[in-house]
Amino acid sequence: MRLAGAIAAALLAAGAVGATEIPQAERRSGYSFMKPDTRAMQDEDTANPGMLWVLDGETLWKRKSGAAEKACADCHGDISTSMKGIAARYPAFDNATGRPVDLEQRINSCRANHQQATPLPFESRELLALTAFVARQSQGSPIETGADPQLAPFIAKGRELYLQRQGQLNLGCANCHDDNWDKRLAGSAITQGHPTGYPLYRLEWQSLGSLQRRLRACITGIRAQAYDYGAPELVELELYLMSRARGMPMEAPAVRP
Amino acid sequence: MARLTYRMSGRFIAGLMLALPGLAAATELRFYAVDGDAIPQSLTGAAGDAARGRALVVERSSTCILCHSGPFPEQKFQGDLAPDLSGSGSRWSEGQLRLRLVDALRLNAETIMPSYYRVDGLQRVGTPWRDKPILSAEQIEDIVAYLVTLRE
Ligand code: HEC
Ligand code: HEC
Repeated sequence: MRLAGAIAAALLAAGAVGATEIPQAERRSGYSFMKPDTRAMQDEDTANPGMLWVLDGETLWKRKSGAAEKACADCHGDISTSMKGIAARYPAFDNATGRPVDLEQRINSCRANHQQATPLPFESRELLALTAFVARQSQGSPIETGADPQLAPFIAKGRELYLQRQGQLNLGCANCHDDNWDKRLAGSAITQGHPTGYPLYRLEWQSLGSLQRRLRACITGIRAQAYDYGAPELVELELYLMSRARGMPMEAPAVRP
Repeated sequence: MARLTYRMSGRFIAGLMLALPGLAAATELRFYAVDGDAIPQSLTGAAGDAARGRALVVERSSTCILCHSGPFPEQKFQGDLAPDLSGSGSRWSEGQLRLRLVDALRLNAETIMPSYYRVDGLQRVGTPWRDKPILSAEQIEDIVAYLVTLRE
């Protein structure tokens, strides 16, 4: 099994190298693959369900929390200046752990270290709301993730995961998002997989959801074992995808079908 | 002269090579003989049922129409990652269609078409699907029986 597996892995890796990256000028957001009515939903704050989470986030931002009795606003002040462009640089290198952390993890480390509060569970309404409120401050800002040279080895790992074929269906992310993005998988448009809009409202979920949730859905779709929320592999994939989308404008909170 | 090779479940091979009794096959794949680019003999020893095969192909969970389109007017959503299945039976023999379904990777190492009757050489398969082929031998025979009827 191990030997056969190693040989197959070598063969598959050889296959994966053929994947071609999308040139800068041809990069397209998932937005451009959507029908006009779904686009209109994203464009209009009053029609965009994601704005409900942003509003909740605003309340939470100002609410004192944890043993330190501090609100986010007590340290960061006016979010529209202190957090402008920040989400467009995440995941970012965290000196304390020597690893990249995504925006949700950064919010939770602020809770633990500065508010002395318990971490919020992944995909909880509160964590999504705070993340959406912070990410909203970067709407329109170009993605800059990956500029820090300390991130290079983690971006490389993310790219490896992106190219690796996996699951019972034996597909890699690149098979769809680099090689077949102008096609349809049954009823769904296959996009280029740029994470410009997260956290975003997905009509299928009837909820806001994180990029990790989206990645887990694609991984389960190819019948592979989804990584747990917060797993280093998921953060590395997020990091690779964000660096792959460099220069594209942030859209959070976006809407997707 | 026809080249004849035999294949068996990767797990079975591993069991033999490593002599680990604990690795007994979770799913025993049946033996089959590959002759050139085809598997001439039925995996089950019996002919499949074309009507059941059609039902399987249009069923989303079989995954075919995620990528393929075909003569399925009742199916609103069909994929366009792969050739239209109309006329498959004119282009390929029964044995060629069978090998394509069983292990398309054998014919084209870069194909995105999954191997429907293979459990080895896969990475990180999710728990519900681990050590199981995507389709059973019976299901493959039903689909093959249907595909040969698609003539142009
Ligand atoms: C078999 C095809 C396929 C594979 C393989 C695949 N995806 Fe996807 N992916 C899709 C489709 C289709 C969508 C569009 C969402 C929908 O409507 O279901 C999507 C959506 C996405 C999005 C959301 C883009 C947006 O605009 O919000 C991201 C990010 C993504 N995929 C990343 C990945 C990663 C990373 C992998 C590998 C772990 C992967 N995908 C594997 C088909 C695939
Ligand atoms: C993830 C994509 C994908 C899925 C799922 C898939 N195929 Fe394919 N199939 C392909 C591609 C791509 C080809 C083209 C040849 C190649 O790449 O090997 C192909 C080729 C074929 C051919 C030969 C077509 C021709 O006329 O040349 C047949 C027949 C076929 N597939 C049947 C099926 C059936 C039946 C299923 C489901 C049980 C299925 N495929 C699932 C991608 C797929």
